[in-house]
Amino acid sequence: MNSVSALFLDYTFQTVALGSALLGLISGVLGSFAVLRKQSLLGDGVSHSALPGVVMAFVLLGSKKTEVLLMGALISGLLATLFIVGVVRHTRVKFDSALALVMSVFFGLGLVLLTYVQKIPNSNQAGLKRFIFGQASTLLQRDIILMIICGLVLLSLVLLFWKEFKLFTFDTDFAQSLGFSSKKLNLLLSFMIVLAIIIGLQTVGVILMSAMLIAPPVAARQWTNKLWIMVTLSALFGAMSGITGTAASSLVPKLPTGPAIVVCVSIIVLFSILFAPGRGVLYRIYQRRKNKILYKLEGGSPDVPSN
Amino acid sequence: MEKQQNYAVEVEDLTVAYDARPVLWDIDLKIPKGKLMAVVGPNGAGKTTLIKAMLGLLKPVTGAVRFADGSGDVRVLKNRIGYVPQSGSVDWDFPATVQDVVLMGCYGKLGWIRRPRKMDIELTKQTLQKVGMQNYASRQISQLSGGQQQRVFLARALAQEAEVYFMDEPFKGVDAQTERAIVSLLKELKEQGKTVVVVHHDLQTVPDYFDWVTLINLRVVASGPVDEVFHEENLKKTYHSSGALLRSVV
Amino acid sequence: MSPQIEIQLIAVIVAVACALPGTFLVLRKMSMMSDSITHTILLGIVLAFFVTHDLSSPFLIAGAALIGVVTVWLTELLSRTRLLAEDAAIGVVFPLLFSIAIILITRYAGSVHLDTDSVLLGELAFAPFDRMLIGGTDIGAKAIYTSGILLLINLAAIIIFFKEAKVVTFDPMLAAVLGFSPAFVHYGLMTLVSLTTVGAFQAVGSVLVVAFMIGPPVTAYLLTDDLRRMLILSGAIGAVNGILGYQAAALLDVSIAGSMAVVTGLLFMLVFVFAPYRGLISSLLRRRNQKLEFAKTTLLFHLASHEDSEKDIKPDIDTIQTHLHWTAKFTSKIIGSLEHEGYVQLSGNLTNLTEEGRSASIRDYNALFSR
Repeated sequence: MNSVSALFLDYTFQTVALGSALLGLISGVLGSFAVLRKQSLLGDGVSHSALPGVVMAFVLLGSKKTEVLLMGALISGLLATLFIVGVVRHTRVKFDSALALVMSVFFGLGLVLLTYVQKIPNSNQAGLKRFIFGQASTLLQRDIILMIICGLVLLSLVLLFWKEFKLFTFDTDFAQSLGFSSKKLNLLLSFMIVLAIIIGLQTVGVILMSAMLIAPPVAARQWTNKLWIMVTLSALFGAMSGITGTAASSLVPKLPTGPAIVVCVSIIVLFSILFAPGRGVLYRIYQRRKNKILYKLEGGSPDVPSN
Repeated sequence: MEKQQNYAVEVEDLTVAYDARPVLWDIDLKIPKGKLMAVVGPNGAGKTTLIKAMLGLLKPVTGAVRFADGSGDVRVLKNRIGYVPQSGSVDWDFPATVQDVVLMGCYGKLGWIRRPRKMDIELTKQTLQKVGMQNYASRQISQLSGGQQQRVFLARALAQEAEVYFMDEPFKGVDAQTERAIVSLLKELKEQGKTVVVVHHDLQTVPDYFDWVTLINLRVVASGPVDEVFHEENLKKTYHSSGALLRSVV
Repeated sequence: MSPQIEIQLIAVIVAVACALPGTFLVLRKMSMMSDSITHTILLGIVLAFFVTHDLSSPFLIAGAALIGVVTVWLTELLSRTRLLAEDAAIGVVFPLLFSIAIILITRYAGSVHLDTDSVLLGELAFAPFDRMLIGGTDIGAKAIYTSGILLLINLAAIIIFFKEAKVVTFDPMLAAVLGFSPAFVHYGLMTLVSLTTVGAFQAVGSVLVVAFMIGPPVTAYLLTDDLRRMLILSGAIGAVNGILGYQAAALLDVSIAGSMAVVTGLLFMLVFVFAPYRGLISSLLRRRNQKLEFAKTTLLFHLASHEDSEKDIKPDIDTIQTHLHWTAKFTSKIIGSLEHEGYVQLSGNLTNLTEEGRSASIRDYNALFSR
């Protein structure tokens, strides 16, 4: 217990834990909309596709500052999204194939650029590879400030357009018939989701980022039937896993932070799917048992109620 | 003879295509105010497309849709057009209650960013009462039967307080009780002077439920009062059938 | 054989071996499952390594392939609860299994000579160092033989079960009625995908296996409708990607696997833009032509129907323009084209149907509405 309290007083730990918590919170909120729009895997595509942007930004601007690299990531993430949408719109190739193709090609381009950078004299590219696996321990105070600013912008946009996002996610055609431009809403929401992915990259890396976008909302959905509670819970689950994962990796030697966070959030998902009241797997098994006994007692199967 | 003001909706030379494949050809349609109109035709005849084009959800290749005040822009008319989409068009596992969904009917009047007010919530309660769902307000939408889902969508459209309603197969997959509730609601809307356009697939009930009908199959075969145009010859033209099946209907 | 030739040979074999099961993944809309499997086989490799302590053991391949199938099974188990969408289920399962693998590797890094980088990113350049020796004689790089066996397995499976796989892919209901078990074909395909991924990762790294599995079939999909042709074309495209990718990598001295993925993307772009019939350019052109044809027919109908019914509407250009809501330029273009074809006659501002125009409109009308 002593080591735990000592840990929470440690400055480096505070920084990293705060960063991971912020990541969980932001991706929990935006991930809710991605999951409800059935675009869960877009996050996987965007995060893989961010790699060439990171390296490109480094090559062109020669800077390893987080905001520069993330700007590159944002541009190539958006570019990949455009490609995917373009291929789906103009050919008979389906969304999943376009996604898989574009993300793996972009990732390959990222690798090509990385090996190219290695040959540039006097360039230490160690800071770049952290984007593949993520390295929470390299989070600096200024990274946290950047995350806070982006997070605040994203959260206030969600609050501001709450009504519109809810309507648009539930029933796009109806939203359009009420005069809300679905083109504009789609653009805004997609951009916000991509931004949320990008700011999480340096903590958990491109491969695991998709989990942070999908798992918290999936877990939260099991506990409530209200959108605002789902989004709040999702943010909470994300932040909780961020802190727990960071703490676990600080206390246990040789436990990488990103995977530790993902394992935490996955445990929350499995727990929710099994045990959520009124919806979870166990509740349903119990309900089925109870019904069976009831049928037996009453003899034969009961009439199906009309309402 | 009739003046422009007597029409709620006028469709003029409307042609709609998906990927250059025409779905509707040169539709001319005048829907008089205060009528209950059924749109009937075989599968793939373009019924849903017609409704979506009138709502401005699809961009036509030629032609235009005009509403009573001469404007065809849905954005201007958002408060005057109500829409009941097919209930299968949304994910009913969405985390929302019945009241949440009905409240969405008020969003058009509110416009961007503004939040629903107390009076909007009052309105949703009233419309839920009208469709007999007042006891389900806080129910999660995934726990509703097909008929109840349809009634929720109707309540949402009522909350729009529109002049013209477009309904896409509201009778699809509903129980007898809901069907009766919808019919009496339609009559009530008519009494209030509203115009209702309903995509309908049950030919048997057309003469009972509606007073105006449009038969379409890629183009308008006939449109007018039910007792004038809803006869075997027109139905044959619409469905290209021998008529044996339909003889029992008319 | 020189190392360069050996590398290209391996690249070609791996690319073709990936493209074959990939074709079915694309057609069955399961592309993202390959992304999932390519990540999770890492766990299989790690677990099997703990048992065998030998990176070249065949058990490693078996273990990894098994984990691939387990991934599919877990994903389907999760999505069958209907508590989450299928794509979300994929996105929950693979990061978890992958994270467990990374944690295991990091914790036992001292005893495991398993480099995460090499599993994920692969390094084809080192493949020729690992030799196949029979009785002390060098008979070529080991990877040629392992990937060769893989290719043979895939080829054999697809040739033997071609009919079954085809029916299950295009009509699972019919397949079930005919007595072909969709589940058997499904899991069979998933086993092939897992095996192929394991066999390919050493050469190209697991992330880029996705590019090899999905890229060539998607490219071929834009060129043909025939399953057999699509399989052959995918293989050929994969082979071309392998060779061109290697050449580009050698020229620029960059990652071979990455370069092959980039070439895959470029070739797809090329086909995407220029493919006959399904390409971007030809489809835009066709759409434009159809729009014109379509507008001409509309105008013919319009003129024909107003000719006899409403005498009060004059068929002059301005009326047409306002009625059909066309721009002036578009209207005059359509009228000009109809006049050229002899379907309408211009007298002053009036557009009158010619006899040919009238019969053409009746002909079109009958063709359209007498289905």
